Amino acid sequence: MTNTQNLVSPQAIKDEWFRPKQKEQGRAESVVRPSLSYWKDAWRRLRKNKLAMGGLVFLVLLMLFAIFGPIFSPYSVTATDYPSQNQAPSATHWFGTDEAGRDVFTRTWYGARISLFVGIMAALIDFFIGIIYGGVSGYKGGRTDTVMMRVVEVLYGLPHLLVVILLMVVMGASLTTIIVALTVTGWVGMARIVRGQVLQIKTYEFVTASKSFGAKTSRIIRKNLLPNTMGPIIVQMTLTVPSAIFAEAFLSFLGLGVAAPFASWGVMANDALPVILSGHWWRLFFPALFISLTMFAFNVLGDGLQDALDPKLRR
Amino acid sequence: MAKYILKRFIMMIATILIISTLTFVLMHSIPGSPFDEERTSNPTIQANLEKFYKLDEPMHVQYLYYLKSIVTFDFGPSIKKPNESVNELLARGFPISFELGMVTILVALLSGTILGTLAALRHNGIIDYLAMTFAVVGISVPNFVLATLLIQQVAVTWELLPAATWSSPLHMILPILALATGPTAIIARLTRSSMLEVLTQDYIKMANAKGLSPIRIVIRHALRNALMPVVTIMGTMLAGILTGTFVIEKIFAIPGMGKYFVESINNRDYPVIMGSTVFYSAFLVFMLFLVDIVYGFLDPRIKLHRKEGDA
Repeated sequence: MTNTQNLVSPQAIKDEWFRPKQKEQGRAESVVRPSLSYWKDAWRRLRKNKLAMGGLVFLVLLMLFAIFGPIFSPYSVTATDYPSQNQAPSATHWFGTDEAGRDVFTRTWYGARISLFVGIMAALIDFFIGIIYGGVSGYKGGRTDTVMMRVVEVLYGLPHLLVVILLMVVMGASLTTIIVALTVTGWVGMARIVRGQVLQIKTYEFVTASKSFGAKTSRIIRKNLLPNTMGPIIVQMTLTVPSAIFAEAFLSFLGLGVAAPFASWGVMANDALPVILSGHWWRLFFPALFISLTMFAFNVLGDGLQDALDPKLRR
Repeated sequence: MAKYILKRFIMMIATILIISTLTFVLMHSIPGSPFDEERTSNPTIQANLEKFYKLDEPMHVQYLYYLKSIVTFDFGPSIKKPNESVNELLARGFPISFELGMVTILVALLSGTILGTLAALRHNGIIDYLAMTFAVVGISVPNFVLATLLIQQVAVTWELLPAATWSSPLHMILPILALATGPTAIIARLTRSSMLEVLTQDYIKMANAKGLSPIRIVIRHALRNALMPVVTIMGTMLAGILTGTFVIEKIFAIPGMGKYFVESINNRDYPVIMGSTVFYSAFLVFMLFLVDIVYGFLDPRIKLHRKEGDA
C-alpha cells in the first residue's frame, strides 16, 4: 500500500504555496457583451433575413401610403370625372383612370386602407378570442379542455369560406360584416395554437416554481404562460392578415364586397373584369399587383418571424 | 381502428347537422320574404307562392321539412327559376365542378410533390431556389388574380388558348392552371421541408449503405414518409380548391356548380343557397373524414396520439 512516489519530501514544500492567491486584475467572469433578451435576439435574426426585411419595409411603406397617399393626391376617390375616363397611365394619372374618370392611383391607396384594416382587425380579434379560449382550455385541462376542444374540432371541420359567404348574404355586405364573418370562423386556428403551447409550457419547472410561491392563476397565465407563447402567436397573426385580405378580395370578387363608390382591391379587380377584353389592363393590373405584393410581404415576413422567434426549429 | 372510425363518423354527422342548422337559422333570420320584389302581385298569388315553398308553416315545422329534405336529398324547387329544382342544378353543375376540382388536385399533387422533392434533393441549389421562389409567389397571388392575368396575357394578348367555357381539353388548361398554382406551391413547400427532415434519418443512410439507387431510395423509402404532412393538409386544401372553383367558374364562364352558387347569392335564391351550402359542406366534411381514415391507416401512430390527446 505504500505509494511514496507522488509524495513530496518535506524539504521541498515551499511557504509560498500557502499564501493567499492574489486577486487577478482582469475580471474574467464579467459579461463583456450586453445580454440579449429573447426579442432582441429574434430581431437580430430577423434583420439578417433579407426577404423578410424587404417584406417589412414594403408593409411599412404601404401603410404610410395608405394613410397619407390620399391626402396628397389632387384627385378625389369618389368624385366622377367623365371627360377623363379610361385613360392609360400617364404623368397626370399615374395608374390611369377608370370608366368614371376616377384616378386609379388614389383609389389604390384607399383600397389599401380597406384591405389592411380588414386584415389587421381580423388578426387582432382572432388574437383576443383565441388567447382567452385557448388559454383557458389549455390551462384548465381535463374535462373542460376536452369539451372546449370538441367545440373547436367541430368548428374547424366547417368549410370556412362557405360560412363566411352565408354570413355575408344574411348580414349584408359591409366592412363590419366582413370582419365579423371572418373572425367568427377564424379564431379557431389561434385557439388551437395557444392551447397547444399552454399545454406544453404549463408543465415546465418555472411554472411549478411560480405556483409554489403562491402565484394566482391569473398571474401565472399573464406572467408565465402568455409571454412564452407569444412567438407562435405572432407568427400566426402575421399569417392571418394575408388570408383575411385574400378572403376580403375573394368576397368582393363574388359581389359581396364593400359597396361603391369606395373600393377595396378586390372590388377594383372585380370591376375591371368586364373591361380587360377592351385592353384597359391598368384597371386590373394595379389592384392585382398590390393584393399579390401585400400577401407576399406578409407571407415572407411570417416565415421570417417563424425562423427568428423559434430558434429551436431552425435547421 | 373501428372505434376511431366510428368516432370520426359521429363527428362528421354532428358537423353536417350543425352546418345545416346554422344555414337554416341564418337564412330564416333575413328580414322579409324572397318575394318582396314582386309585392305588386296579387295577395292570393303571394299566399299560394308561400304555400308552395312551405313558408306559411310555423318555423319548427319548416325546420323539420328542411331536415327531411337533407336526409332524402331533395332540396326542392329554386325560387328564381321555378321550373328547375335545386337537385337538377346540382346534377347539372356538380359533375363539371367535380371534374375541375379533381384534375386540379391531381395536377397540384403531382407537380407539387415533384417540385418539392427536387428542391430538397438539391438543397440550397439553383432548383431549390427557383422552386421556393415559385412557392412563395404561388401562395401570394390569389387564384382569381392569376386567372384574370392569364386570360389577359395568354388568351387575349397572345391568343394562344381559349379564354372561356369548358368545351374541350384545350379550354381546361387555363382554369386548371389558375386553380392549381396555389395548392401546388403549398404542397411543394411542405414536401420540401418534410423531405429534408426525412433525408437525414438513419434508415435513409442505411438504404444508401446498402447501395440502393438514389431514385429507389427517394421513391420507395423517403417519399412515403415525406408525404405524410401532405396527407394531413389535403382536407383544408380540398376546401380551398372547392371555394376556388366559385371564382374560377365565374371568371371562365364554366357552367359548374360554383356559377349557380354565385348566381344564387346575387339573386338571393334561398333554396339554391341553402341546398348548395349543405351539399358542399357535406361533401367537404365527408372528404375530411376520408382523409382522416386514410391517415389513420397510413400512420399507425395516430391512435397513440389520439389517446394522449383524450387524456
